[in-house]
Amino acid sequence: MLRDITLGQYYQTDSVIHRLDPRVKLGGTLLYMISLFLFENIWGHLLAALFLAAVIRISRVPFRFMVRGMKTILFLILITVTFNLFLTPGEALVTVWKLTITREGVRMAVFMVIRLTLLIIGSSVMTLTTTPNNLTDGLEKMLGPLKLLKVPVHEVAMMMSIALRFIPILLEETDKIMKAQMARGADFDTGNLIQRAKALVPLLVPLFISAFRRANDLAMAMEARCYRGGEGRTKMKPLIYRRCDYIAYLVILAYLVCKVLAGVLL
Amino acid sequence: MALKVDHVSYLYEEGMPLSRKALDDICLDIPQDQFIGVIGHTGSGKSTLMQHLNGLLTPTEGHIYYMGRDISAKDFDRKMLRSKVGLVFQYPEHQLFETDVFADVCFGPKNLGLPKEEIEGRAGEALEKVGIPREMYSMSPFELSGGQKRRVAIAGVLAMQPEILILDEPTAGLDPRGREEILDQIRQLRRQTHITVLLVSHSMEDVAEYVDRIIVMNQGRIMYDDVPKAVFAHYRELEQVGLAAPQVTYIMNALKESGLEVDTQATTIQEAACSLRKVFSAVGR
Repeated sequence: MLRDITLGQYYQTDSVIHRLDPRVKLGGTLLYMISLFLFENIWGHLLAALFLAAVIRISRVPFRFMVRGMKTILFLILITVTFNLFLTPGEALVTVWKLTITREGVRMAVFMVIRLTLLIIGSSVMTLTTTPNNLTDGLEKMLGPLKLLKVPVHEVAMMMSIALRFIPILLEETDKIMKAQMARGADFDTGNLIQRAKALVPLLVPLFISAFRRANDLAMAMEARCYRGGEGRTKMKPLIYRRCDYIAYLVILAYLVCKVLAGVLL
Repeated sequence: MALKVDHVSYLYEEGMPLSRKALDDICLDIPQDQFIGVIGHTGSGKSTLMQHLNGLLTPTEGHIYYMGRDISAKDFDRKMLRSKVGLVFQYPEHQLFETDVFADVCFGPKNLGLPKEEIEGRAGEALEKVGIPREMYSMSPFELSGGQKRRVAIAGVLAMQPEILILDEPTAGLDPRGREEILDQIRQLRRQTHITVLLVSHSMEDVAEYVDRIIVMNQGRIMYDDVPKAVFAHYRELEQVGLAAPQVTYIMNALKESGLEVDTQATTIQEAACSLRKVFSAVGR
């Protein structure tokens, strides 16, 4: 039940995509997302889909894992589709009672579904092929210039990596506490809304306490290793671009050019 | 038989590429009024097996019967089962959540839908059994020491008055004194109520002296299931899978090898001393 959440779930395997510098993947994902919203024609979207399919293929992550993240945003997609279908002004196609589906509405709805799907799968590729630590390292380095504006880049990156690291731990803990309370006769699955909300108290209280305890332990462990924030801190494995990273940038650039050409010419 | 485990296997992450067998063809009989030690390494499947016994996990293959009825059957009352087969998890103090000790112990019996007097009676009785004094009843569980918290958590399961009590590593993370206290109380409980106790541990010393029977698990299978003396006789095989017999077994075996006719079956210090005395008095003559 709780294991369906793919957020921050790294898929362990070895591929070119896995070995890429996280900055390439972050930048690439960002550019890919922008490209999805650049032009509105079916050929452009087909190109984007093909590009994504190729990346997934190279990454050697089973397609199943990509789609798993989709379940959580299914609701969002449904709402978007409904609104686009009924609220876009234009040439009427079908009219039911006061609701009108327009030709433009259908077009918008279809494009919205394609865009959102590609967007989610595209970002899943990044999180599935990059360890959370790598990801925040990349983010820290990319946002480095903001330090000049007194933005606490290192602290934010550290908080993110800790938060990501805690997700699987807390999921496991939830599972354990749930079982322990079920062994004492707790019932999480039946009853009305209020009863169910009440049944969560024996789960949430121990979970919060355990989260605080773990946070405390972690803070202690960090201090014991003389952690004092980002200033003057060096890395064991600094991020350095290699040849394949430059090639990846070229590939992304080539994709963008094609996408723009498809948008302008077709 | 109170509980019967019949050819049970369990797969983790069923259908996934990383799936592995956590339990492999387990057969067990657990009668009433027996003190059983379950020994095994981390990852040997002992905790997984225990969670099957009260229906928290469902076997991938095989069946478990409680009083002759299949517990995975659709019409089987699993809530009733969980009150009859009490399971105390590892680090049970992490599940405490109420504002005071007494209310937390009441949680189990309250879930059984008992009348108020009965609930409070049971909670008081359970707290008494684990040696928590009355003046602590109104304290927050978080004000107690580690050992006390753990005893309150055990009382939380005892208050459901189970016929079979499973304790998963009840002494983990406690100092020697806290460990002794918990083990002492379990022994006393056995003496008073004659319920079946399954004590899960990875330390032979914990269980050797008191249990009637030892089940040794290794890689999801049952390696030995016998009285302690018979299990410890295999001390070399136990060592190969990373477990150890009690110190006494080693000493007695070493003495025997150096030519003294001692009883290698001795598992407690008293038995060993008795056997040694016999040998020396024979030599003296």
